[in-house]
Amino acid sequence: MVGIVAYGAYVPRLRLNRQAVYDANKWFAPGLRGLAKGERSMANWDEDSITMAVEASRDCLTSHKAEDVRNLYFASTTHPFKDRQNAGVIGTALNIEQNLLASDVGGSQKAGTSALIAGLNASKGGEPTLVAAADKRLTRVASNTELNYGDGAAALLCGTENVIAKLVGHHSVSMDFVDHFRGEDAEFDYGWEERWIRDEGYSKIVPPAVKAALAACKLKGSDITHFIMPSLMPAVPKQMAKICGVGEGAVRDLLGANLGDTGCAHALVMLVDALETAKAGDKIMIVAFGQGVDVLVFEVTPENAKLPKRKGLSGWMARRKEEKNYMKFLAFNDMLPIDKGMRAEFDKKTALSILWRKRDMIYALVGGKCKVCGTVQFPRTPVCVNPNCHAMDSQEPYNMAGLEASVMSFTADSLTFSPDPPAYYGMITFPEGGRFMADFTDSDKEQVKVGAKMRMTFRIRDNDQMRGGFKRYFWKAAPV
Amino acid sequence: MARGIKDKVAILGMGCSKFGERWESGAEELMLEAYKEAIADAGIDPKQLNAAWFSTAIDEVHVGKSGIPMSTTLRLPNIPVTHVENMCASGTEAFRGACYAVASGAADIAIALGVEKLKDTGYGGLPGGRGAPLQQLWNANGTAPGNFAQLATAYMTAHGVSGEDLKKAIAHVSWKSHQNGAKNPKAHLQKAVEMDTILNAPMIASPLGLFDCCGVSDGAAAAIVTTPEIAKAMGKQNIVSVKALQLSVSNGSESGHNSWDGSYFHTTRIASKKAYEEAGIKDPRKEVSMFEVHDCFSVTELVTMEDLHISKPGEGWKDVLNGFYDADGTIPCQIDGGLKCFGHPIGASGLRMLYEMYLQFQGRAGARQLKDPRIGMTHNLGGAPRENVSSVAIVGRYE
Repeated sequence: MVGIVAYGAYVPRLRLNRQAVYDANKWFAPGLRGLAKGERSMANWDEDSITMAVEASRDCLTSHKAEDVRNLYFASTTHPFKDRQNAGVIGTALNIEQNLLASDVGGSQKAGTSALIAGLNASKGGEPTLVAAADKRLTRVASNTELNYGDGAAALLCGTENVIAKLVGHHSVSMDFVDHFRGEDAEFDYGWEERWIRDEGYSKIVPPAVKAALAACKLKGSDITHFIMPSLMPAVPKQMAKICGVGEGAVRDLLGANLGDTGCAHALVMLVDALETAKAGDKIMIVAFGQGVDVLVFEVTPENAKLPKRKGLSGWMARRKEEKNYMKFLAFNDMLPIDKGMRAEFDKKTALSILWRKRDMIYALVGGKCKVCGTVQFPRTPVCVNPNCHAMDSQEPYNMAGLEASVMSFTADSLTFSPDPPAYYGMITFPEGGRFMADFTDSDKEQVKVGAKMRMTFRIRDNDQMRGGFKRYFWKAAPV
Repeated sequence: MARGIKDKVAILGMGCSKFGERWESGAEELMLEAYKEAIADAGIDPKQLNAAWFSTAIDEVHVGKSGIPMSTTLRLPNIPVTHVENMCASGTEAFRGACYAVASGAADIAIALGVEKLKDTGYGGLPGGRGAPLQQLWNANGTAPGNFAQLATAYMTAHGVSGEDLKKAIAHVSWKSHQNGAKNPKAHLQKAVEMDTILNAPMIASPLGLFDCCGVSDGAAAAIVTTPEIAKAMGKQNIVSVKALQLSVSNGSESGHNSWDGSYFHTTRIASKKAYEEAGIKDPRKEVSMFEVHDCFSVTELVTMEDLHISKPGEGWKDVLNGFYDADGTIPCQIDGGLKCFGHPIGASGLRMLYEMYLQFQGRAGARQLKDPRIGMTHNLGGAPRENVSSVAIVGRYE
């Protein structure tokens, strides 16, 4: 039996208040008033689809060993790199390079579900497969998408042992229905008329595919307990459910009120939302639309109730800070030619050969543990840091990414360039041993204190815009 | 303990440029300004110089590498010129090189010259950049004020000092340096400042405000050294000799091992202890007449006075508030205005501190002259509290 064995999600802490967006843009686009309620998730300046997918994957692997993962699919339409495997960065951050087949999946709003189908197929033989999906899409100022989209990620571990949701069946059709597109050189989506998308797209493509999937699974529409269908038109999933005989009560909330549509990750985000409360025997149908449609049907097993606790979607949603500053949203997305000052001009060229040598240190936060004295330290160095040891060539790799640290000293620096001043950073110490001067992220004045507990999180450190946007990633400390 | 350098080297002459935002001058003009004064003060011909040490810390924004910039600027007689860089201790390092050359007999007369031309970057504060290519991949996106601000956070935590008390004490440190700098015609900042202005200044890196940070200045300073015997033979009076030169460098334990609490300078404690031993000083609080310490930030000075074993750990802030280190206090500290007001052209700073000591011992310090100083200590701290180089020099009357 193949299916999902664990789930995880990630939502950035900041939630952009839609009224604030509307207030800034209503002079130009008064018609957006109907969308000016609730909030959407908003990535911090140091987050992108890779960092969010790493967080969702870590959440998913709360209950499982990362090193058992054999396949890793990363679905996104906003991969930070066109040529450099994005899934490989995630694999290295999870410290699972060896025996890993990593693949990027993209190009469509159904990339998340297509990756999930590939992942389920790949794990049929028992090889655990991690499917991560994340999107952080840029949107035009004063557009519908600016208000409707959100940033977020989900991750699902597929396998055959202790399955929490077994795959009952799936069906896909692929056809070049262009409801919107984003060309190679484009920053933003370009969409066609909604009524046409509804009448010629959804209405004609979705029902036959759903019916085919139901037939393959030997189920009726009324058997479906959770109907997951992302759409920017909130009425459409209800209409499709009705056409397919799925009960209205089964249609899952689109999470539009305080998250927004997270792109190709959204079907999986909604799946995590459903799994958090689903009961054994529940039938979950996922319908993902985009140049065709993917339909998947799962049945929840009794194992779901035994899955060890994780943050999940609800946990990350609960970690929230309202953002009413629309200018900050624009600046974080590099859509505001803000005067960053000369300190922002320092060259950020990365020595790729150093990055390769030190990739476990930089991408996986692997330090060292001295075999002679047992001292844990970061970074791993040729000579032990313990003043009473100083043994040479004595350290074994020691992964510190999952350890909780505490603040020994800190500052809020207004001199250094930060896209979100002041820059918080400080000396963090790990109770197991080891310390380093770390950048803080997702931090407020009220949270950062001596002794505060910090969680390590994988983030963008620099963006080398002189060289086409090579992003430097490293780990930062965020208040627990 | 090695035999040490006490009284083996004498200062023959010194020079120091005006410090400040020297828009009209490059490093070359600044070097010449200090050099001319030093040569004249020593009463020698440049041909008598046997060797030179040349210090800078951020030479990538002015002179570049090697001994060539000093040799060509001053047209030195093709003598050895060694370029030294050890962050904020660079000036004292050049002095140490010159002294060791004289003490060893390899040179009869040597010169140490330090310069920094910082105000050609187009922005305020120290020239930036994030160091070595591996450091750039993981070191916090910090600045000097941000690193030293954390000394304040950790000091408060370690000693249970309230934010309010510490803020008052470090404000006093800066207030005192402004009072002193106002009497120094070569200082960058020559204006006394009200305590309220200091306390209410904009925050740079919390809890350090604008007045907790030293000036970013252009300047140069030079020392010409020889043996006391040669100095005497040249007819010099009031000879000032070197009593101790020590340097301690972090080995990573503060930044990487959990035994350090962030509230003090491990290296300064070691360097100063060795220096007192080298100079034969038993009770520094009684024996040292004056200090010029590395007040890159107000809190650095406060903590340093504990690490130099003058104030007790956790009590430096009380000594500061009691005026112990004021110009009319028990041991004046930064009588020339310090880095705070004299300024901090990094490669010159250690030599600038020695320049003030030299003037004080010779009774040539003008409006800020102290009464009968006998022993003085200078101190430089380069890097950050968690990883640094700490140099100390003790000089005094040759008796």
